[in-house]
Amino acid sequence: MVLTIKDLPKDKYVMPGNAACPGCPENLGLKFVGMALGEKAILTIPAGCTSVIQGLLPGSGLKFPIINVPFASSDAVAAGVSVAKKLIGEDAVVIAWAGDGGTADIGFATLSGAAERNDNIIHICVDNEAYMNTGIQRSSQTPLGAWTTTTWKGKKERKKDLPMIMLMHKIPYVATASVAYPLDFIEKLRKAASIKGFKYIHLHAPCPVGWRFDPMKTVSVAKLAVETGMWILFEAINGKVVISPPSKPYVDKTKRKPIKEYLSIQGRFRNITEEILKDLERQVDENWETLLKFT
Amino acid sequence: MKGWYAVVDEIILPLSRPTVGVAGRTGTWRVNRPVFNSEKCIKCRLCWLYCPDNVIDVNEANPSNFITIDYNYCKGCGVCVDVCPTKALTLVPER
Ligand SMILES: Cc1ncc(C[n+]2csc(CCOP(=O)(O)OP(=O)(O)O)c2C)c(N)n1
Ligand code: SF4
Ligand code: SF4
Ligand code: SF4
Repeated sequence: MVLTIKDLPKDKYVMPGNAACPGCPENLGLKFVGMALGEKAILTIPAGCTSVIQGLLPGSGLKFPIINVPFASSDAVAAGVSVAKKLIGEDAVVIAWAGDGGTADIGFATLSGAAERNDNIIHICVDNEAYMNTGIQRSSQTPLGAWTTTTWKGKKERKKDLPMIMLMHKIPYVATASVAYPLDFIEKLRKAASIKGFKYIHLHAPCPVGWRFDPMKTVSVAKLAVETGMWILFEAINGKVVISPPSKPYVDKTKRKPIKEYLSIQGRFRNITEEILKDLERQVDENWETLLKFT
Repeated sequence: MKGWYAVVDEIILPLSRPTVGVAGRTGTWRVNRPVFNSEKCIKCRLCWLYCPDNVIDVNEANPSNFITIDYNYCKGCGVCVDVCPTKALTLVPER
């Protein structure tokens, strides 16, 4: 049965009046996690915007049970919680929820270790393509050409292909998602929760503050990333890649919108050269080519 | 048990509880205000789905006023206005 908006629960896991900036994609992602898994979800969260969104004791801006953990331990703590829950015979979906810095850079060793041991957790990387909480510094997930406070003239390196790296860990489930496609994300979360072992979901999360666009455009920017083919939605069960419905049309290169439409509404790409634009275009083609080899 | 801590094996652990307005009245951050025009609403619920701050409620029983916005906490981001397919929501500057 296909999931529709009307099927979604109304219970709120993101509390109104929390500390997220207006138009925050992390708030959106957390809201969808709540809709997908409800009270079964337990989160481990390292430092990052989300730990600020939670706010200060004695209140929490989120309704999930959350353990705040040091950076490089999210997946290890989550694995421990998952085992503890199993031992006492309680049903739970344990999630390590970390930013792109907390996933791809600072937390990578622990992530890779938990994946290799096939610990029974879901890791969600909420990817706003920089270290936002500390003031927009570059990460390995910042794309080529993007301005950050540590790449004044635009980043010189390409974005590291983390979903592909996780696919090569031969784990039971890998998926990409986007805050603009909540039904797709929610279905993937529910599927991941039903599978035993290590599950990885990479959530594309355009941030108005760090990417320099109007906060009303969070969803539009995320949509354009998919429509230009710059962000590809797929899932892989036991290594077999299936392109997800929102990205299906863009397997055909001629259906993709020009990537300029995505880049030009973001201030962080304001100063890119023609050469960088060409390289970014080339990367889109290459990423599709690589991914389709695993279908 | 309510309060800012939990006691486990005689150890006091800090514990936060879900609270509306943990960052204060975030409605005061608003520069622009989303305004709802019921006549144009086609009840698609997209505004409800995409509001990052969960301040839009759907009134199933009241079709003549299908959505309510909690202006105490609405930050005025405008995402709801952007995703509304019929312009039933518009953004107007706060005074
Ligand atoms: C061990 C350690 N190093 C550095 C920091 C400082 N710090 C806090 S948040 C953050 C950036 C997090 O970036 P990311 O994981 O991308 O999440 P985002 O803020 O973008 O959501 C850093 C470096 C810290 N808290 N702990
Ligand atoms: S900086 Fe970006 S990701 Fe962080 S709270 Fe603000 S909008 Fe959200
Ligand atoms: S302006 Fe933003 S916070 Fe206010 S109701 Fe619309 S989406 Fe929600
Ligand atoms: S998005 Fe617009 S049309 Fe749809 S329910 Fe909200 S106000 Fe009504």
